[in-house]
Amino acid sequence: MFTTSRRDFLRITGAAGALSALSLSGCQSKARVVVIGGGFGGATAAKYVKWFDPSIDVTLIDASKTYTTCPFSNLVLGGIRSLASITHNFDAQAGRGVNVVNDMVTGVDTAKQIVMTKGGAKIPYDRLIMSPGIDFKYDTIEGYDATVAEAIPHAWKAGTQTAILRQQLEAMPDGGTVIIAPPPNPFRCPPGPYERASMIAYYLKMAKPKSKLLILDSKDKFSKQGLFQEGWALHYKDIIEWVPASKDGKVRRVDAASKTFHTEFTAHKGDVLNYIPAQKAADIAFKAGLTNQLGWCPVHFQTFESTLVKNVHVIGDASIATKMPKSGNAANTQAKVCAAAVADLLNGREPGTPTTTNTCYSLITKDYGISVTAVYKQSDKGYMPVAGAGGLSPKGEGPEFRQLEAKYARGWYANIAQDIWG
Amino acid sequence: MGLKTTLKVCLGTAFTVFAISATSVSAHAEGKMASPQLLVSNCFNCHGYMGDSAGVIDELSSLPERRIVKKMVDFKSGEKPSTIMSRIAKGYSDSEIEAMAKYLAAANAK
Ligand SMILES: Cc1cc2nc3c(=O)[nH]c(=O)nc-3n(C[C@H](O)[C@H](O)[C@H](O)COP(=O)(O)OP(=O)(O)OC[C@H]3O[C@@H](n4cnc5c(N)ncnc54)[C@H](O)[C@@H]3O)c2cc1C
Repeated sequence: MFTTSRRDFLRITGAAGALSALSLSGCQSKARVVVIGGGFGGATAAKYVKWFDPSIDVTLIDASKTYTTCPFSNLVLGGIRSLASITHNFDAQAGRGVNVVNDMVTGVDTAKQIVMTKGGAKIPYDRLIMSPGIDFKYDTIEGYDATVAEAIPHAWKAGTQTAILRQQLEAMPDGGTVIIAPPPNPFRCPPGPYERASMIAYYLKMAKPKSKLLILDSKDKFSKQGLFQEGWALHYKDIIEWVPASKDGKVRRVDAASKTFHTEFTAHKGDVLNYIPAQKAADIAFKAGLTNQLGWCPVHFQTFESTLVKNVHVIGDASIATKMPKSGNAANTQAKVCAAAVADLLNGREPGTPTTTNTCYSLITKDYGISVTAVYKQSDKGYMPVAGAGGLSPKGEGPEFRQLEAKYARGWYANIAQDIWG
Repeated sequence: MGLKTTLKVCLGTAFTVFAISATSVSAHAEGKMASPQLLVSNCFNCHGYMGDSAGVIDELSSLPERRIVKKMVDFKSGEKPSTIMSRIAKGYSDSEIEAMAKYLAAANAK
């Protein structure tokens, strides 16, 4: 076993990498880690590199001074959470000795190992960790782009977009129609569009009970489908209608002026439209040369180091982590694997064996929760769930069980937020 | 006492499970164990940093090592009912559970 892992180690670092790692640990200058993105992956990575090795010099860069989480932004749409309650800052990172930089990264010179920012800073690194999240493939849909998104929000990055959608829901007359168009796979948060439908229906049922919610899907099945549909039948039978791609659900054109989604055969006019575009890794990942032909970042599973660029690690939604979904919880545990590996590599140690988890709660009403979970281990095929563990919460459970899951969803949010930004 | 025996039994079944499913791995069959520090950090996303829960979900930071092991083993066997912990506990071998409990209790005792 030793020889195998030794070989892996050399493959990962390369002979030069091993040498520089060794010389680093022997000399007085501190190893420098730069992290791009203060979201679920990046803010965790910055905190945990320090946890695994406090002597490493860590810099965290985000374009914004605050970070509003997508998790629980659907609850804002449902009127049961405020945007302020899901907005965090990087004071905890600064308090742990991380240099926090509020600037937009405009490029990475991966040969010279320097990060360039809009503000003109040039920040050198020994290891770069990128968790920049996603951007949208606007070119895959007619009639929708960043400008149209101000009138027809995607709300798939939380903050202003969430606020726009919430305002539109509040302004909508009773008896109106809300239409959600979920994206094709792969995308950030597979159960997200369906939790969103649930939370909007929750609001409609209370405030505008004559209204309808239509889901025009570009897929034929979706995450936690059985559990969602069980909950919808119980709570939103007369409100939510889901149209799969095979029944002409796929939206092909958006007409912003008349608030109409066009599928192949039908024009669906709505009062509030939510279009969630197809996705790819965030722009900076393309600029740094980290993406493959599908628009995502391939990585070595043991360290999350890019397979395309040395000394640059990619975690979170932008990375390809095989069976792990693009979730905040996944980004958080990937960041810990990556932070441990980076600390190991900079200390000339062989990176340890990775393990990650994902727990994903969705709310159907304020007091009705469902969940899916998994424990992942790295294999030669990538991150695979451990057999016999994990899975969905059971169907057919009574209100007590669902209420507990809703309660734990709130507990999860409070604790993961504290784990990352606390 | 019983843990070593359990582990051996698990090793036996692990390979069978692995053979059936090509899209998952067994909790026991894969080579080296992850470091206790990394393993335990995977608890913090639900239980809070260092197990210091903000409420609702059980706090781990005040629990002694034996108590953490007992809870996990009982979740794993299903003896202790739960909404989610039995699904998660089944993803860990007994030696991983022991290593996590030992690390966390010692770190929080400091
Ligand atoms: C509606 C919705 C609900 C969701 N619910 C859940 C849930 O319940 N549970 C869950 O686990 N996940 C959930 N998710 C998924 C979760 O939000 C993402 O998976 C998670 O945010 C991914 O983290 P990340 O670090 O990859 O990216 P992000 O969290 O998006 O962070 C990226 C950061 O990088 C910064 N950045 C990007 N480019 C640059 C640049 N060039 N310069 C400087 N900074 C830059 C951005 O400003 C941003 O702060 C949900 C998503 C949505 C849309």
